[in-house]
Amino acid sequence: MSEGHPSSRPGFWRTYVFSTDHKTIGIQFLITSLVMLLFGGLLAALMRWQLGWPGQPLAFMEKLAPNGMPGGVMVPEYYNMLFTMHGSIMIFFGIIPILVGAFGNYLIPLKIGAPDMAFPKLNMASYWLMPPAILIMLAGFFVEGGAAASGWTAYAPLSSTLGAGQTCWIISVILVGTSSIMGAINYIATIVSLRAKGMTFFRLPMSIWALFITAIMSLLATPVLAAAVIMLLLDRSLGTSFFLPAGMVVDGVAWAGHSGGQVLLWQHLFWFYSHPAVYIMILPAMGFVSDILPNFSRKPLFGYHSMVYAISGIALLGFLVWAHHMFASGMNPALGTSFMAATMVIAVPTGVKMFNWLATLWRGSIRLTTPMFHACAFLSLFLIGGLTGIFAASMPVDVYLHDTYFIVGHLHYVLLGGSLFGAFAGITYWFPKMFGRMLDERLGLVHGALTFIFFNAVMFPMFILGIGGMPRRIYDWTQYAHLTHFGGLNRMMSVAAFCLVTAQLIFMVNFFWSLFKGKRASENPWDSTTLEWATSSPPPHGNFATPPTVSHGPYEYSVPGRATDWVAQNAAS
Amino acid sequence: MKSVKHSCWNRALTAAALLLAGAAEPAWAFGQGGARFWFPPAVSSYGAQVDRLFLIVLAITGAVFFLVEGALLWFLIRYRRRDGSKAAYIHGSTRAELIWTVIPALIVLYLAVASQRVWAHIQGPPPPHQLELEVQGEQFAWNVRYAGPDGALHTADDLETINQLHLPVGQVVLINLASKDVIHSFFLPQFRIKRDAVPGMTSRIWVQATVTGNFEIVCAELCGLGHYRMRGFVTIETPEEFRAWLAQVQQEQHT
Repeated sequence: MSEGHPSSRPGFWRTYVFSTDHKTIGIQFLITSLVMLLFGGLLAALMRWQLGWPGQPLAFMEKLAPNGMPGGVMVPEYYNMLFTMHGSIMIFFGIIPILVGAFGNYLIPLKIGAPDMAFPKLNMASYWLMPPAILIMLAGFFVEGGAAASGWTAYAPLSSTLGAGQTCWIISVILVGTSSIMGAINYIATIVSLRAKGMTFFRLPMSIWALFITAIMSLLATPVLAAAVIMLLLDRSLGTSFFLPAGMVVDGVAWAGHSGGQVLLWQHLFWFYSHPAVYIMILPAMGFVSDILPNFSRKPLFGYHSMVYAISGIALLGFLVWAHHMFASGMNPALGTSFMAATMVIAVPTGVKMFNWLATLWRGSIRLTTPMFHACAFLSLFLIGGLTGIFAASMPVDVYLHDTYFIVGHLHYVLLGGSLFGAFAGITYWFPKMFGRMLDERLGLVHGALTFIFFNAVMFPMFILGIGGMPRRIYDWTQYAHLTHFGGLNRMMSVAAFCLVTAQLIFMVNFFWSLFKGKRASENPWDSTTLEWATSSPPPHGNFATPPTVSHGPYEYSVPGRATDWVAQNAAS
Repeated sequence: MKSVKHSCWNRALTAAALLLAGAAEPAWAFGQGGARFWFPPAVSSYGAQVDRLFLIVLAITGAVFFLVEGALLWFLIRYRRRDGSKAAYIHGSTRAELIWTVIPALIVLYLAVASQRVWAHIQGPPPPHQLELEVQGEQFAWNVRYAGPDGALHTADDLETINQLHLPVGQVVLINLASKDVIHSFFLPQFRIKRDAVPGMTSRIWVQATVTGNFEIVCAELCGLGHYRMRGFVTIETPEEFRAWLAQVQQEQHT
């Protein structure tokens, strides 16, 4: 258990580097994942270069990647490495750590009125597994044969046949998975046991509900991923045959000694983790949006209880839909039917959330601040991500769209339009609490608007490409006769992608400028109700001068007969 | 030094021109005919059913899209903060929440039934077939195997082609999919069918072409560095032409 206030002041290393303070760890996760998001975005921009102008040289890349882009011209292997690393980095080191690692750590103790996490040292360990995981993943670029190149999904047996970069990928995923499990245990223990007096489960803010359910999903699903990648490692290094059937002949060499393995087993295990992982990547964002919309509408969250049941339902169903990624894999078509049915059902709780958010805005008093802009962008873009998921759920349609750009568009609307806009809503909302200074509103809105425009300009045409039959993960699409007319569209998307990456400079300027020169933030600059705003900005070590007592729900805005239009959760009555 | 600077400027200008052209081109292309930004024409017996199902989903999701985005924009404008107005103190409405639980549930039930009907037709037991053949994926080619005069596959008189799949129009053809090394995915965009070729197992699909013509086989599952060039060719011809082609292959391979 946490010790509260230590008597002696910790030194520099204990304060800023090997800190057990959940706020420091949260900020460490935040900075790490922002850097990785930027890096992943740059990898995507390189891919867009190849897709927009296939085979054209990009002179400065010759020095940066002499093997991957000799003379500045990309080779096919390097393209495969780029999308593999882009996906792996964005998911494992970008989205999951920013939503779960950064906000989970920073917000959970503050919002439930606790001095710190239940297991501060475990918490520190969960962060310090990230840097080695990142270094090992990136080391793949420098080993013989280059980085992993079998996609972030690492389908066996292709992933069984690739070189040392794939081993780096496996080890990195084991480390990052361990980090997730540690974090999940900590979050669950903290939320269950360290809630302030009066903070019942149905007074928890939605962000905490979302992080709680995310942690449960993470705890149940991540060990399956760990098992799968360890089996893959054993197949590669010790000659086991979990995923390797008899009779494979790869590149003219017979793979004798392997028999009895099931290729599809990898996909079942991988998606048993990775479909819940999609919800691990979206539920926290839904939680943040559910906190932000009521605040800037000055109105209680519409249907709080049904929102809790909806995310619980999404989480439960999220474990029953994994094989909808496998409609074209050759598994029994009857299985396809049951997985389609479960997938369709997920649309119901998701719809409940969407309509409840809209109803929250209805008859509100809306201030379109930067966090609110990002939360509304989340609604608008996640809607597209969700609706295009229905095309993918309808198996005969999915058989056509599977592994085309339609799916790439769909997942980016969910993960960038949804998760990352949710994350930016969170950053802009909680920045004053984290750093004690306000972000610049004008820069924030300009960044948000440009990101929204360029994001749509890159991702929406992907649906058109997918409908046109353009496969994903393809180094040179120009050879296919049915795609020849997509040159202009692909170039436009590439231009928009470069602009999208460039627009992030505005965010960086805003972030660093405001960090040092921004207006000082008060304790509660947004007139918010929840507990993190009932302490100084930034909060001290131990969070609260006196432990808060909770007597109100999380969204008591515009209560009739009150002097202010908000009632803090810890207000006396 | 000067020439270096000069070439930098040149490059920057070229890049700027490329970027501008990139933005202008698709706008022009859209003006020329949006129809090209749609499905490639369907040429299989079930292609129209898949396209129709797609349109049903598009109509429903399109309606929801405009409804929700419209409401979002309307609320943001209508309920923007104004002096003197106060937000309503409402926690929810069981009735409203029931409505937007039940209606989506009915819609997805309908979509599930509609999807299942097409699915059962395409992926269920195939109709009586006139031809059976095997396609084996291999890094990075499609090996096509037809039965020889004995009418059976995997016998000494089999006929084999690489990346050349000929099919008789109008006939139901069973295709057994296999793989020699890693997973490939046999994708015929105009046929609206795709199925992985998985090592260690055989997968079966059926197709029935409705028109003659030349099309392509796309590999849709990442299979290694040459994945992008794993392209095959499909020729749909009349049964007479098909028989003549097969006889010619027979002559080349077994005489």
